[in-house]
Amino acid sequence: MSALKKILGLLCIGLALFAGYYLYFDQAKPKFESGKPEDMIPAIIYTFILLPLIVGGLGCFGYYSLTGEYDEIA
Amino acid sequence: MSNYTEEPKSSLFTVIGASSVGTMIEWYDFYIFGSLASIIATKFFPTGNATAAFLSTLATFAAGFVVRPFGALFFGRLGDLIGRKYTFMVTLLLMGGATFLIGCVPGYEQIGFMAPVLVLLLRLLQGLALGGEYGGAATYVAEHSPNEKRGYMTSWIQTTATVGLFVSLIVIMITKKSMDKAAFEEWGWRVPFWVSLIMVFVSYLIRKNMHESPVFAKVKAEGKVSTNPLKESFGNKYNFKFVLLALFGAVMGQGVVWYTGQFYAMSFIEKVLNVSDQVGEIMMYAILFATPFFVFFGWLSDRIGRKWIMLCGMLIAILSYRTIYDKMYHTVDVKAKTELAEKTVKSAELKENAKTKGMDSIYTTSKEFSDGTTWKEVKTITLENGVAKIVDGKPKVDTKVTKVINSGDFWTLVFWVFIQIVFVTMVYGPIAAFLVEMFPAKIRYTSMSLPYHIGNGIFGGLLPAIATSLVTSAKKANEVAEAAGLAKVVDKPYLEGLWYPIIIAGLCFVIGAIYLDGKDNRVDD
Repeated sequence: MSALKKILGLLCIGLALFAGYYLYFDQAKPKFESGKPEDMIPAIIYTFILLPLIVGGLGCFGYYSLTGEYDEIA
Repeated sequence: MSNYTEEPKSSLFTVIGASSVGTMIEWYDFYIFGSLASIIATKFFPTGNATAAFLSTLATFAAGFVVRPFGALFFGRLGDLIGRKYTFMVTLLLMGGATFLIGCVPGYEQIGFMAPVLVLLLRLLQGLALGGEYGGAATYVAEHSPNEKRGYMTSWIQTTATVGLFVSLIVIMITKKSMDKAAFEEWGWRVPFWVSLIMVFVSYLIRKNMHESPVFAKVKAEGKVSTNPLKESFGNKYNFKFVLLALFGAVMGQGVVWYTGQFYAMSFIEKVLNVSDQVGEIMMYAILFATPFFVFFGWLSDRIGRKWIMLCGMLIAILSYRTIYDKMYHTVDVKAKTELAEKTVKSAELKENAKTKGMDSIYTTSKEFSDGTTWKEVKTITLENGVAKIVDGKPKVDTKVTKVINSGDFWTLVFWVFIQIVFVTMVYGPIAAFLVEMFPAKIRYTSMSLPYHIGNGIFGGLLPAIATSLVTSAKKANEVAEAAGLAKVVDKPYLEGLWYPIIIAGLCFVIGAIYLDGKDNRVDD
């Protein structure tokens, strides 16, 4: 289980980085560039709320898993 | 053992009743804004005005998604410092006051830009209050419940979000039926906001006589109250890793299943299936039949554990969403029905547009089908100097389709929404007890509120926007392919929005299955 959690930890970090790239370059950036007022709020939310949450939160979760912080659970 | 298990049974039900009614009212308050969003937009956020459109989007997104976690932090901290009872009394009064005042704000025509600004501020207060309420109510009930009945007891709190939506639909429906359409659009839409004040007052009277949670009282008596709940919840690595686990292993998946089963289903029926006149009734029946399952799965979680009930709910939802939505789509798809050609009526007229003061060319087509379904399409072409106005290189045409479906199709849709809400009850019924048991008493309110409101407010709340964006992208890809003479890129674009809940819930299922423990059912630690 410990080895599996380490692998999943790495996967979570990779997923966090991929999600961060997708959220900014595929979702937020085109909305920022569109200049439409209705696009601004979703773009801001993707960039300043969802992106840090996923990159930071999931990345941190992956890091803890990789370093064995969750080994004693389950 | 703490003394709370020794309290008489009746007091437990009083605790559940007082907490659940108040929380239900808060959800009611929060949902009426969403249910009346289109009419609110016409009163406070006039179309064609960029700033008003910006404020409108801000009101929709910011209050629902961004402010709720801040409310969780603010009121969670208060709840861990001064007690659960006083904190969730404040959230109740704040929500009730903000809701009532939304119903009193004069429209844009009367006070100009002050109107959308005031509505936005009040909506933000609603979001803050909601962020603080749920954690308080769940913690309060859980800390009164015996270990072996906590899932059952807290499941009543879990019914409140759905019942709040149900009551909001009922109150709006009764208000609409009690007056003509013009009166409702003029002032009647304010009534559901005013009704809130009465409900909040009643709930306040019930709650004010309640005692503080025995677990918190014990913590306080022993001098173990946290001095800095935020730091101890999120600055302490040991606790923070459980906050992350609660979010990514349980609440994130629960949030998207909840929003798919209730709001995405409602939006899909209204905007994709075009059954806009009957969507309220379909949702009401589905909610009515499914709501008892919250209590059932809460009760079951006391017997077989909470973890696998929640994860099974997520797994079944992930595996069945595309099939369910495809079935819903084909149930009312008129292409598969027999048209009664002799009943088809077409008309065309020129009509003055009240907003632009120009002329619109309106083409109406009505069709009837052998199974009783009626279909109506209204195509409005905006004219400029007698010819169609060109926007983005194309004539500006607004097409609105509405369907009225027969009784058989109506109940089929009720069934498919009911099934989705049963998934909601599986993931949501046991989760309050699960979260409460995950964190120690002195920082429980703060620690459980934040992941709950991030999972529901942000991961769940963003679902309609992200799902719509995925559907739009799929449709555009098909249009580009068709224009180039190629085959469709996406076979069923209307199902593409489901990838968001499927992926999020799928990730949550894997994390939950591997990492969650779910064996600790004590709350007095």
